[in-house]
Amino acid sequence: MTMVYDEALERFEPVLGLETHVELGTNSKMFCGCRTAFGAPANTQVCPTCLALPGALPVANAAAIESTIRIGLALNCSIAEWCRMARKNYFYPDMPKNYQISQYDEPLCFDGYIDVEVYGETVRIEIERVHLEEDTGKSTHVGGATGRIHGADYSIVDYNRAGIPLVEIVTKPIPGTDRLAPEVARAYVTELREIMRSLGVSDVRMEEGSLRCDVNVSLMERGASEWGTRTETKNVNSLRSVERAVRSEIERQAGVLAGGGRIVQETRHFHEDTGTTTPGRSKEEAQDYRYFPEPDLVPIAPDPAWVAELKAALPELPSVRRKRLQAEWGLSDLDMQAMHNADAIELVEATVKAGAPAADARKWWMGELARRANETATPLADLPITPEQIARVTELVASGALNDKLAREVLEGVLAGEGTPDDVVEKRGLKIVNDEGELSAIIDEVLAANADAADKVRSGKIAAVGALVGGVMKASRGKADAARARELILEKLGVSA
Amino acid sequence: MSAITRDEVAHLARLSRLALTDDELDHYATQLDAIIESVAKVAEVAAEDVPPSSHALPLTNVFRPDEVRQSLTPEQALSGAPAVEDDRFRVPRILGEEA
Amino acid sequence: MSLIRKTAAELGAMIAAGEVSAAEVAEAHLDRMAEVEPKVKAFLHVDRETTLEQARAVDARLKAGEKLGPLAGVPIAHKDIFTTRDMPTTAASKILQGWRPPYDATVTRRLREAGLVILGKTNLDEFAMGSSTENSAYQLTHNPWDLTRVPGGSSGGSSAAVAAYEAPLSTGTDTGGSIRQPAAVTGIVGMKPTYGGSSRYGLIAFASSLDTPGPFARNVLDAALLQEAFSGHDPMDSTSIDAPVPSVVEAARNGDVAGMRIGVVREFAGGDGVQPGVLARFNEAVQLLESLGAKVVEVSCPSFASALPAYYLIAPSECSSNLARFDAMRYGLRVGDDGTRSAEEVMALTRAAGFGPEVKRRIMLGTYALSSGYYDAYYGQAQKVRTVIAREFEAAYQQVDVLISPTTPTTAFPIGERADDPMAMYLADLYTIPSNLTGNAAISVPCGLADEDGLPVGLQIMAPVLGDDRCYRVGAAVEKALESRWGGPLLKEAPSL
Ligand SMILES: [Mg+2]
Ligand SMILES: [Zn+2]
Repeated sequence: MTMVYDEALERFEPVLGLETHVELGTNSKMFCGCRTAFGAPANTQVCPTCLALPGALPVANAAAIESTIRIGLALNCSIAEWCRMARKNYFYPDMPKNYQISQYDEPLCFDGYIDVEVYGETVRIEIERVHLEEDTGKSTHVGGATGRIHGADYSIVDYNRAGIPLVEIVTKPIPGTDRLAPEVARAYVTELREIMRSLGVSDVRMEEGSLRCDVNVSLMERGASEWGTRTETKNVNSLRSVERAVRSEIERQAGVLAGGGRIVQETRHFHEDTGTTTPGRSKEEAQDYRYFPEPDLVPIAPDPAWVAELKAALPELPSVRRKRLQAEWGLSDLDMQAMHNADAIELVEATVKAGAPAADARKWWMGELARRANETATPLADLPITPEQIARVTELVASGALNDKLAREVLEGVLAGEGTPDDVVEKRGLKIVNDEGELSAIIDEVLAANADAADKVRSGKIAAVGALVGGVMKASRGKADAARARELILEKLGVSA
Repeated sequence: MSAITRDEVAHLARLSRLALTDDELDHYATQLDAIIESVAKVAEVAAEDVPPSSHALPLTNVFRPDEVRQSLTPEQALSGAPAVEDDRFRVPRILGEEA
Repeated sequence: MSLIRKTAAELGAMIAAGEVSAAEVAEAHLDRMAEVEPKVKAFLHVDRETTLEQARAVDARLKAGEKLGPLAGVPIAHKDIFTTRDMPTTAASKILQGWRPPYDATVTRRLREAGLVILGKTNLDEFAMGSSTENSAYQLTHNPWDLTRVPGGSSGGSSAAVAAYEAPLSTGTDTGGSIRQPAAVTGIVGMKPTYGGSSRYGLIAFASSLDTPGPFARNVLDAALLQEAFSGHDPMDSTSIDAPVPSVVEAARNGDVAGMRIGVVREFAGGDGVQPGVLARFNEAVQLLESLGAKVVEVSCPSFASALPAYYLIAPSECSSNLARFDAMRYGLRVGDDGTRSAEEVMALTRAAGFGPEVKRRIMLGTYALSSGYYDAYYGQAQKVRTVIAREFEAAYQQVDVLISPTTPTTAFPIGERADDPMAMYLADLYTIPSNLTGNAAISVPCGLADEDGLPVGLQIMAPVLGDDRCYRVGAAVEKALESRWGGPLLKEAPSL
């Protein structure tokens, strides 16, 4: 029996822990020169080293080491002066050597933190370690009812992913989040993702597995001093799932504890469809990974001067940048948070950089485009429109060539693949009518057709001009400049504005 | 007292993925016991304050540039495979973590 | 004189001068193999046509004016632990039966490029684990001096092939003495270069921090020529040394020890278990060096006695992990895959069927030494002993230029004598192991026959890291002096052939 969330939080206090794996976006793998492209045909990106052919040896990728140190620095970590890679020994068919080259008691980066914001409150997440390791191959399970591992007849393995550099970021236990635990977990992963993006070290696509998250949750009775037993939930493949997994695990554990049961330390799996977790294989014997220093690789001793250089050259971090942009754009905390949640900050910033006023950029991304993204369930950044194009549209509006309504139509055209904003204006004939002669002719027609209204205006009921302007807009199919039309109408009727 | 029990040898065989018969377990238990007793002599060297050496030489910082090199062709990669399906290595069913 | 009696240097010169073709030289050796292989059984793979094709290709390259090294056209036998593109590579294990690597080891590649012609792949103790080549899964190799005796090991096929005049040169690997010990007991020259001086890429790993490729030859200069042809920095091996190395060929031609300081390791020169005939020849060699103007002193290295137990923890630990890749998933043997068994079961059945007893013993010993709870007492302590031994070497090399000892405590032992007694077998490497633990260079050169059995005795000359030239210099001096005494090489004709 699960317990409803509010009740669970009344009785128990959650403690979180997050382990995040980030696939680095290097050109080549961690220990060999194979490509790292996602989605390549099976076993086309493998060599003696990443297939673990007898005799092959690893050589560490300099860019991966540098990226890991930059990640560590961005997470306020200390950087090891000397450390080694280690072998983590366990047999598994998707791991060619049957040991993973990883790090054990000597991580490259350790003891850091990041601050995340949830509902205007700052929560500090302490980072235990950041270390470098390699990814495994990918198994496809054949036969059985569900295509899942259980009940499968056999599996087929593609080792293209084996050996891609993987950075593991482990938090210290996070107590005190209370009922905000799910949101804190999500905010942390969101923040990590943005930091990775700003560093340019990974494309951090959860749906492609280049950012993967394991969520540890334990509960303790309110007032208790000792933490409870934790579970580790894997297979959490989206930000939303991070939040849901924490919530569902809290509800489940609370139910077990309240019913007098006890929590087993185990691996669990999150299911997107149900939003719940199920236990992984129970471990009959405790894993003994027999870590030892990797003899095929020599120790890493980053030159402190080089580390200082890397630190000095770090880009402005997302949280700092957000504060700066908020001030520059003059936005409230709430507006900024909304943009953050919508993943719109970078897009708005790029649009501003391309020449658009901040207010306009924000208006389009958070309005029209956010709506479109929502409707089509597409991340905002993946809409087929660029910040430069948005900037061009705002420019056309500012110059009077477009009004808001036309601008919306232009965006629609761009999203529909009709080309650049200028192409769409051209093809759809959307340019505002600001040829005085053409406009004047339209106005004359409208005045003739609406003699009553014209008379009212002449007699001083200026408010009646609205109907006439509306008529002009209708007659021009929206392309007239409404303000100019109003001016001209009043002029023609001999009324001063 | 023996340094290693038969149960421990069975555990080591499991960890090492070696399907040993009962006779083999007995045999290796006796041999490993003698070997472990002998190699335990390393303890006689006073080395409390000595740092361990994992490597023969004190080299550090050997890296390669992040450059792509030619991979094997799938034919080469799969040439030694006991079973192949769909350009992938076909392996017996995996009991384990759901991925 | 028949071509097979020539030295490698002579053959190289004759081929370069056009006096004989590489194909003729290869053919002479293939004929010799046809004649004596039934008795010696040094080779696991021979393919006459492939060899002759290679030889003809070298002849063509030379004819085209290509500048190749001094060994161009000279035949060589490779220990079957180096990968070769055009021949099977098995490490003498059933688990790799029939495996054809899709790539060349750096050692084999470089020697191909230098124009050496591969005669075949030689027998060894399975995965190089042993001191007698009796642990091969395929065949027993016999010592050409006495066919009832072992040729040493693990590189026993390579030592026997050279001693039987089947090949002028061969390659081996030395993890705990696997080149020097077989060289000593077959009356030839065998060198363990400085660790990192010759590439391990494509050498099927036994113990990564110890394995060292090296040359076998019937004289010191040939060994030096071969070492120079395959050694040097390799970017594919992270532990490869990227530094200029003194020329070993020059040192082998020089052979002057006047004024050199030579240290006799007290603990290895007279202790228990040394055969009297071995000791007698060793003492004569010491006197000989003195008579050549060297200054000989006694040096004590008390911890060298602990090298053997340290080695039998470190090497098995590393091998337990290195051999995990032989799991029936990607290459090699697969046993028991009947559609119902799991991958884990198939792995265990395959490894049980594919590995021999010594390999299983070491895998389990290593697994034990790395297990949580035992790591510090065994693996950890062994690594500390390694440091202690390195310090003793360092102190010794403050006083002397080289250290000497017998290469092995005894001459070649009878086949079967130690096969069921692992501890007795391990003693064969007592004197050779310290240099492996510390990466130092060491050579074995013949220094006569033991009185009691008429079998060859080896003199071991040890030098500091990158002091390979010193080994060759002293080795050449001893060789020159003894050959003038013997009226030619110790091994004029293998007595039992
Ligand atoms: Mg990990
Ligand atoms: Zn690769």
